[in-house]
Amino acid sequence: MVIKMANSKTSEKKNNHLKYYFNYLLVGVFFLIFFILDMTMGLRTSTTQLLTKIAYSIILATSLNMIVGFLGELSLGHAGFMCVGAYIGCFCANFLHTVIPSPLIVLIIAMMIGGLVAALFGFLIGLPTLRLKGDYLAIATLAFGEIVRTIFKNLSAFGGAQGLPTKRYDKSLYIIAFLIVFITLFVIQNLKRSKHGRAIEAIRDNEIAARAMGINITYYKLIVFIIAAGFAGIAGVIYGHLVTPVANTFFSFNYSIEILVMVVLGGMGSITGSIIASTLLTFINVQLTTQLSGDMAALKYLIYALILIAMVLWNNAPALSNVREKVSLHHLLAWFNGKFSSKKPEKDSQTAVENAVYLKEEADWKKIPTKIPMDSILSTDIKPDRTTEADKPEKSSKQ
Amino acid sequence: MSTLINGLCLGGIFALIALGYTMVYGIAKMLNFAHGDIIMIGAYAIITTLSLSGNTIAAIIAAIIICTVLGILTERLAYRPLRGASPLAVLITAIGVSYLLQSIAQLIYGAQSIPVSIGSFGAVSVFGLSIPISSLITLALCVIIMTALTLFITKTKVGIAMLAVSEDRAAAQLMGVNVNMIITLTFAIGSALAAFASTFYLMQIPSATPTLGSMPGIKAFTASVIGGIGSIPGAMIGGILLGIIEKFALSIPALAPYTTAIEFSLLIIILLVKPTGILGKKRREKV
Repeated sequence: MVIKMANSKTSEKKNNHLKYYFNYLLVGVFFLIFFILDMTMGLRTSTTQLLTKIAYSIILATSLNMIVGFLGELSLGHAGFMCVGAYIGCFCANFLHTVIPSPLIVLIIAMMIGGLVAALFGFLIGLPTLRLKGDYLAIATLAFGEIVRTIFKNLSAFGGAQGLPTKRYDKSLYIIAFLIVFITLFVIQNLKRSKHGRAIEAIRDNEIAARAMGINITYYKLIVFIIAAGFAGIAGVIYGHLVTPVANTFFSFNYSIEILVMVVLGGMGSITGSIIASTLLTFINVQLTTQLSGDMAALKYLIYALILIAMVLWNNAPALSNVREKVSLHHLLAWFNGKFSSKKPEKDSQTAVENAVYLKEEADWKKIPTKIPMDSILSTDIKPDRTTEADKPEKSSKQ
Repeated sequence: MSTLINGLCLGGIFALIALGYTMVYGIAKMLNFAHGDIIMIGAYAIITTLSLSGNTIAAIIAAIIICTVLGILTERLAYRPLRGASPLAVLITAIGVSYLLQSIAQLIYGAQSIPVSIGSFGAVSVFGLSIPISSLITLALCVIIMTALTLFITKTKVGIAMLAVSEDRAAAQLMGVNVNMIITLTFAIGSALAAFASTFYLMQIPSATPTLGSMPGIKAFTASVIGGIGSIPGAMIGGILLGIIEKFALSIPALAPYTTAIEFSLLIIILLVKPTGILGKKRREKV
C-alpha cells in the first residue's frame, strides 16, 4: 500500500508536469490550426474576430479563475477591471496614434498602460475590500464594477454614454491576442506551481490555519487580485481594439457573470477547464447572438443559468457525492481496467482487482473531509467546573 | 421636502425587499441573489392576473401566492441540495437562479416594458405638499410588517426556532428543530414580502421589465448591509436611508448621473468602517 502510494505520487507528479504543458499545447495547437489556415487560405474577418474574442475570453476566464478557483473568493467585478483597462488603454492609444505611426507598438503600449492601470485599481479596491470575505466581498466587487461603469459613462472625456471611439486594429489582432494568452498562462501556471501558489491554495482551504502557518493573507490576496485585474485590463484593451466604440453597457454585471459561467463550467481551479469552457461558450455565444434576435436572445442567459446551476449542483451537492464518485474519471478507468483485464490471464485480473481495491481505498480516503471543522473541536470552552462535572459520572460508573 | 417624502416611499420599498434579504441571510446564511427577481415575477403575476380578472386585490393575492410558491420551489430545487456545501457554491447557484428567472420572464413576456396601472389612490395634501396615498400605504405597511415580523420571531414558537437556527444550525437540529422546514418557511416569508414589494413598486413605477428586480434587489441588499444584515429593524433603517439618499442624489443635477455610484460607494464605505452595519451584531470568528 505504501509503495503504491509512493508510486501514485510520482505518477501524479508526472501528471502535473503533463498538465502543465498540456495547456500550452492545447492553446498552441488551436492557434496554429487557425494560423496556418489563415496563412494558406486566408480567414474571413468574422472568423478572426471570433478568434480574438476567444482569446480575450480565455484571458478573462483564467484570470478570474485565479480569484475564484485558487483564492476561493468570489469576484463579481471582473468586467469592471476590464472596463478600466479598455477605457484607459484605448484612450492612451487614441493619443499615441498621433505620435507613433506603428499601430503594433501603440497596441503594446496601450496594453501595458491598460493592464497597469487596471492592476492599480485592483490594488486600490483590493486593499480595503479584501478584509471582507465571501458574500460581502462578492457584493463589494459587484458594487465596484457598477461604480466604475457609471463613472466612465458620465465622463465626457471618455465619450460619455455613446462610448469611446477607438481605432480598430487589423485582422492580425488575433495573433497578438493569442500571444497574450500564452503570457497569461505562463504567469498564472508558474504562480500556481510556485511556493506562492501553494500559499494561495492554503488560504483557500483554510484561511485561519494558513494564517497560523505564517502565511501573509492580505499580501497574497492582494497579489492575486492585482494580477487578475491586470490581465482583465489587458483583455479590455484587446476588446477595445476589436470593437468600436468602447461602450459602458458591455461591461455590465452581466458580463462579469458571463466570465463566471466560463470559470464554473470549466471547473473552479482548473486552467484547462477555463480554456475549454471559454472557447466553447464564446463560440456558442457568437453563434447565438447571430442566430437569435429580439427576445429569443434571452435563451443565451437561460443556457448560462442552467449551466451555472447544474454544474454547481453536480460538483458540490453533498447528496450526489456517491454518484459523483461512480462517474469520476478514476472510477471509470478502474472499470475499464476491470473490463479488459477480465479477458486476460488471471494474474492481470488480480492486479486489476488490487487496483480497484486501491482505488476504492483512495476514494475512501478522499471522503475524509479535508476541512476539519475546527469550530467543533476547539470552540468548546474547557472550564474546570465542567470537566469535573463531566468526570463525575465516569468515576461513579467505575466505582 | 417632497424629495424627502419621495425618498421615504422608495425607502419603504427598499426596506420591504431588504427585509426578505435579511431574513434569508440571517437564517439560511446565504445571499439570495434571486430575491430581486422574485419581485419581478411578482410584478408579472400582478400584470397577468390584472389583465385576466381586472381585480387589483385578486392580482395582489395571486402575486403573493405565486411568489411564495416560487420561493419555496427555488429553495427546494436549487438551494437545499447544497446545504453544507461551500458558501461560494451556494452564491453561484443563487446567481444562476436569478438569471434563470430573468430569462424565463423575457422568453414569456418579452424584453420591452409592459405598462400597468394598479388603481391609484390619489393624493392628500399636508402642509401644502401633496403626498400620494400609495406612498403612505407603503410606509405604513412597512412598519406593520416589520412589527409583525419582529413579534413573530420573538414571540411564537416557530419564530424562536428560526432564531435558534440562525444562531447555531446544528444545535437547533439537536434540540428538535426541523431545520429544513424552518429554512423553507423563511424563504416563503421572504418571497411573500417580495410580492408586497412588487405591488408597491408597480404603484410607483407603473411598468415591468424582466430586469426590473435586479437593481432594486442589489440596492436592497446594500440597504440590508448598511442596516446590519440579519437585523429586521436594521433592514428597515437601511432601506429608508438608501431611499432618501437616492432621491436626494437624483434631485441634485450634478450628482444625478452618479446616483448608483454614490449608493455603492456608501456600501463599500460601510463595509469597511463597520462591516456589521448600523444595527448588526458582531459575529466573532471562532477557531
